[in-house]
Amino acid sequence: MSTHVLESSSQAPTPKKNGRVGGGLLDPKQMIRSLPDALKKLNPATMWRNPVMFIVEIGAVFTTVLAIIDPSWFAWAIVVWLWMTVVFANLAEAVAEGRGKAQAATLRAAKRDSTARRLKSRDDHAQWDVIGAAELQQGDYVIVEAGEIIPGDGDVIDGIASVDESAITGESAPVIRESGGDRSAVTGGTKVLSDRIIVQITQKPGESFVDRMIALVEGANRQKTPNEIALNILLAALTIIFLVATATMQPLAIYSKEINPGVPDSLALTGDGVTGIVLVSLIVCLIPTTIGALLSAIGIAGMDRLVQRNVLAMSGRAVEAAGDVSTLLLDKTGTITLGNRQASEFVPVPGVSEHELAQAAQLSSLADETPEGRSIVVYAKQAYGLRERQPGELSHAEWVPFTAQTRMSGVNIAPDSGASGGDGREVRKGAATAVMKWVRDAGGHPTDEVGHLVDGISASGGTPLVVAEKGRVLGVIHLKDVVKDGMRERFDEMRRMGIRTVMITGDNPLTAKAIADEAGVDDFLAEATPEDKLALIRKEQEGGRLVAMTGDGTNDAPALAQSDVGVAMSTGTSAAKEAGNMVDLDSNPTKLIEIVEIGKQLLITRGALTTFSIANDIAKYFAIIPAMFAAVYPGLDALNIMRLASPQSATLSAVIFNALIIIALIPLALRGVMYRPSSASKLLSRNLYVYGLGGIVVPFLGIKLIDLLIQFLPGMS
Amino acid sequence: MSPTLAGILFIASLLLALALCHKPLGDYMYRVYTGTRHNAVERVIYRLLGVQPDSEQRWGVYARSVLAFSIVSILFLYALQRLQSHLFLALGMEPVEPALAWNIAVSFATNTNWQAYSGESTMGHLVQTAGLAVQNFVSAAVGMAVAIALVRGFSRKKTHTLGNFWVDLVRGTIRILLPIAFVAALVLVAGGVIQTFADHSTWTTLTGGRQTFTPGAVASQEAIKDLGTNGGGFFNVNSAHPFENPTSWTNWFEIFLLLVIAFCLPRTFGRMVGDNRQGYAIVAVMGVIAMISVGLTNWAELSAGGTVPQAIGAALEGREARFGTSNSAMFASATTLTSTGAVDSFHDSYTALGGGMLIFNMLLGEVAPGGVGSGLYGMLILAVITVFVAGLMVGRTPEYLGKKIGAREIKLASLYFLVTPVLVLVGTAVAMGTEVGRSAMLNSGPHGLSEILYAYTSASNNNGSAFAGVSANTVFHNTTLGLCMAFGRFVPIVLALALAGSLAQQAPVPASVGTLPTHRPQFVGLVVGVTIILVALTFLPALALGPLAEGIR
Repeated sequence: MSTHVLESSSQAPTPKKNGRVGGGLLDPKQMIRSLPDALKKLNPATMWRNPVMFIVEIGAVFTTVLAIIDPSWFAWAIVVWLWMTVVFANLAEAVAEGRGKAQAATLRAAKRDSTARRLKSRDDHAQWDVIGAAELQQGDYVIVEAGEIIPGDGDVIDGIASVDESAITGESAPVIRESGGDRSAVTGGTKVLSDRIIVQITQKPGESFVDRMIALVEGANRQKTPNEIALNILLAALTIIFLVATATMQPLAIYSKEINPGVPDSLALTGDGVTGIVLVSLIVCLIPTTIGALLSAIGIAGMDRLVQRNVLAMSGRAVEAAGDVSTLLLDKTGTITLGNRQASEFVPVPGVSEHELAQAAQLSSLADETPEGRSIVVYAKQAYGLRERQPGELSHAEWVPFTAQTRMSGVNIAPDSGASGGDGREVRKGAATAVMKWVRDAGGHPTDEVGHLVDGISASGGTPLVVAEKGRVLGVIHLKDVVKDGMRERFDEMRRMGIRTVMITGDNPLTAKAIADEAGVDDFLAEATPEDKLALIRKEQEGGRLVAMTGDGTNDAPALAQSDVGVAMSTGTSAAKEAGNMVDLDSNPTKLIEIVEIGKQLLITRGALTTFSIANDIAKYFAIIPAMFAAVYPGLDALNIMRLASPQSATLSAVIFNALIIIALIPLALRGVMYRPSSASKLLSRNLYVYGLGGIVVPFLGIKLIDLLIQFLPGMS
Repeated sequence: MSPTLAGILFIASLLLALALCHKPLGDYMYRVYTGTRHNAVERVIYRLLGVQPDSEQRWGVYARSVLAFSIVSILFLYALQRLQSHLFLALGMEPVEPALAWNIAVSFATNTNWQAYSGESTMGHLVQTAGLAVQNFVSAAVGMAVAIALVRGFSRKKTHTLGNFWVDLVRGTIRILLPIAFVAALVLVAGGVIQTFADHSTWTTLTGGRQTFTPGAVASQEAIKDLGTNGGGFFNVNSAHPFENPTSWTNWFEIFLLLVIAFCLPRTFGRMVGDNRQGYAIVAVMGVIAMISVGLTNWAELSAGGTVPQAIGAALEGREARFGTSNSAMFASATTLTSTGAVDSFHDSYTALGGGMLIFNMLLGEVAPGGVGSGLYGMLILAVITVFVAGLMVGRTPEYLGKKIGAREIKLASLYFLVTPVLVLVGTAVAMGTEVGRSAMLNSGPHGLSEILYAYTSASNNNGSAFAGVSANTVFHNTTLGLCMAFGRFVPIVLALALAGSLAQQAPVPASVGTLPTHRPQFVGLVVGVTIILVALTFLPALALGPLAEGIR
């Protein structure tokens, strides 16, 4: 069932490589598959929505009529290529949509024919009736067992299960979903692989996540984004200008022909002015067809690139806003750091060896299943070669669990136990004040040295855990937040893009600062409450900045709603998902950075192709103006710098180039132009060089090349 | 001294003089438009006009004020011309014909000063002084007011208001144009320009013949004619007349006058938006385009294409011998790069490509440096369009000076950019497509086409200079050119003010390294490129059949 999704996601190279956003490749077969859709789009009722291409279509119809009335090889060649221009433009859109359709099809398959076992009551797990998944209402309880499809979006309220979410994420490794905590959300259409869970349905019928996803990838309710609208206006203005420029040329052309009565009529210029065929060719070549043809494909492909990275954007507006973001709020835990503190050092007090401390630390943590406790055992093994023992190995050991009251944990080993050489031992580790008190109570006198060690570790942003034996402090464990690999580089990139990163943490300012420094973020918000977060976002926005953030909890919802780009984690609560305008199916908060890059890439692609499109016009003028007027004013042949063979071949070459460039640029439109995070200045220079200068030079070469090939066709001389 | 060296010295000294004025005059204008105090004369005027000088106007009110003022000016000028025989100081002149009177009224109220008549033989002192000379001041002040309002759109935040048009109008006239024009008139008188209210006088010409003509307050009108980029001369032959522009030195000074305010306003802009570098970037764009244009025009004229010019070493026909080819070309470039339209030589006599360059200067929208005020707002619109395309290429919603260029902004900027090309092209096409339009051409062939193209380009862009090959005083041309002048002036003004209103409401986005920097040479080059390419693409077909067809052999 999930093969298709996997295929399409394997088509897309892994998102991040060398700091570049990649994209899907273009499959020629896809082009052919999309051809029927492209032809369907020729319907004027849909065509008029793209004014630039609609004008080309009108021109194609007009020249077809002219060619029927007065047929010639030249006229029909132009007619064919004008139609091709329109079809190519439609093809670009159809191909972009086609990729979404393939994904939608697999998603639909997941939806189809699933049934639900609805519990009669929440607590009675034995009584249910079987109904269709579509009939489920919000608040229903369903039971799902291994091998079954989860019938709708909801929260696990009982049980734990491994779930295959590949239908949605394309990721084949199963994930654990359990009641309570932040991994309780399940998505309809995914499959339970083991165990049994009770799910409370949170979706309304027909509004499941999969439903929304299908609508999104199909582009069913795709609306033009603000920037796309603005660009469309500019393109419309350019189109009007070129229409006026060519239309008003006619009386001038008639006059010019009239005052040179000796010049015979040609296929380009007669006593009635420039012929309809050539005039339409000139209009089509001048109006920004390249960007006009590719504009909607760029938008669809941008959304598609997000989908391929398992991010669902609820609107194109959000994707665009991502490119404009100037402040990123990142949660420390899980985004910047690995999520859990880890032991990184054992610091003994004078008179105690590191090895002795390590042994005591390990002993006290053997039964400690918290991530911190596990990390102490692991560190002791890695750094001191201490064998990891199972709690059961030590007989007579009494494990003292951590409680909020004692704020320490440890072990009491009975005196006659063999494991510790006959002596009884009591070992504790925990918060400095609690352990010190325990030592004092047992008659010990901890030195000031312990206090210094503890303060030193705190000051460096770490968390100190004091390890002690009955009446004697052994030393301190340095627990450290481990910053994820490569975060500093990512933040440096962000800075080069002009984006400020702010770390949000519940830690105290001292700890927060240490981690902020280590990770290289620009700023941090310590001891942050949800209200603080919201206030920070408002403050940034008042300064005119756009803010992006991720969140998963219900208390993140107000901030997610306030932020310009709010990415909710798929594992998060429904409230968070409702509040954000994007959902990350992988629940990977670091992805925010990629989302920003995709947003930027989308805008750059539009700008680059607009520049390219306009720059192309220069060469087309140099082809068509001499073709039209060199007969009356031989001096104008000097403008024929490409030395094109004949007026007919020059005009046709320009039209063919204009059509082919659309096809040639479809892959670029779908993939997006290359983007490396760097300053605006550098980006502009590079893109101007490639798409501005390239846009001027490429058509000269292309038109000349086409002319060399077609000059021998009939009707070209 | 070779003509080339003389030309270079002439241009270099102009550049130096303009550079020296840039800061002090720009800063002075900044203080004029941002000051909060009103002097005694101004307070009297405000009371007479019934204006609350400290009340602020929204863009719509500001625009209505501009339009109301201009319409009243047009009606007043029209009435004055039609009734001049009944008024005093008419020197016995007949009432001006209706079509011509409409054309003249629009022409002067729009800062165009297209003259389809000979001033000295059409109107008396009253019309010249109370009508035309007054408009020379206030139409220039209107342009500056609109430019300042647009700049306020960029510099203000979260407000609906753009200042008060009447205050901007009065201050521009009284504090900027009047004092400079007064000093300039004295300088011109010192240079030999006449200033008198005498009746007809008779002079002995160089060839010994006797000639009778009407003298007048020439120096005072000459000063504001150039300073306010008006261009309407006292005499028909304008600055070629020895009493308007007697020497090579006054020629230099007149060119300086017509460039000085337009080249200093970018400094005012930089001060107002709080970043002088932005002003330098804009003035650099103007300077680069102007230098390219002046260079090419000089090259076209001095390289002496054609049989006669080759024989005598340069294109000299239609030039005053006291100025020579290069200095005439400089004046011609300056007058078309600004919206002045004063002439000291016969543009119809320029080489085909040289004349084509003059047309191209105007087609640029007169932005390098352009008319007083209109040059700055035209250039800022081009900067907005450039920022839009370039801004997308850096991956952000385009922004200029912290203001986002969204759908509404680009719609207004695009419409602005559309207006003049449509007027020029449609006007030319209609004239060339109709018998009545074509009959005005004095030359046949592509040169005749250039003459018509020049006329509609000049009117639509509010330049006012003429190729002079056209018998423009016909009902058809007076009417159509009048319409081109009116639409070419007021539609862009309303659009620029609407844009200002839209920008003023925005809260600025702080700049970061992710923002497109608009003060670097990179941006200057980009605006120059976008401007030249867009204009060239728009007008290439028309230029190809006129100047290019004639010039490329």
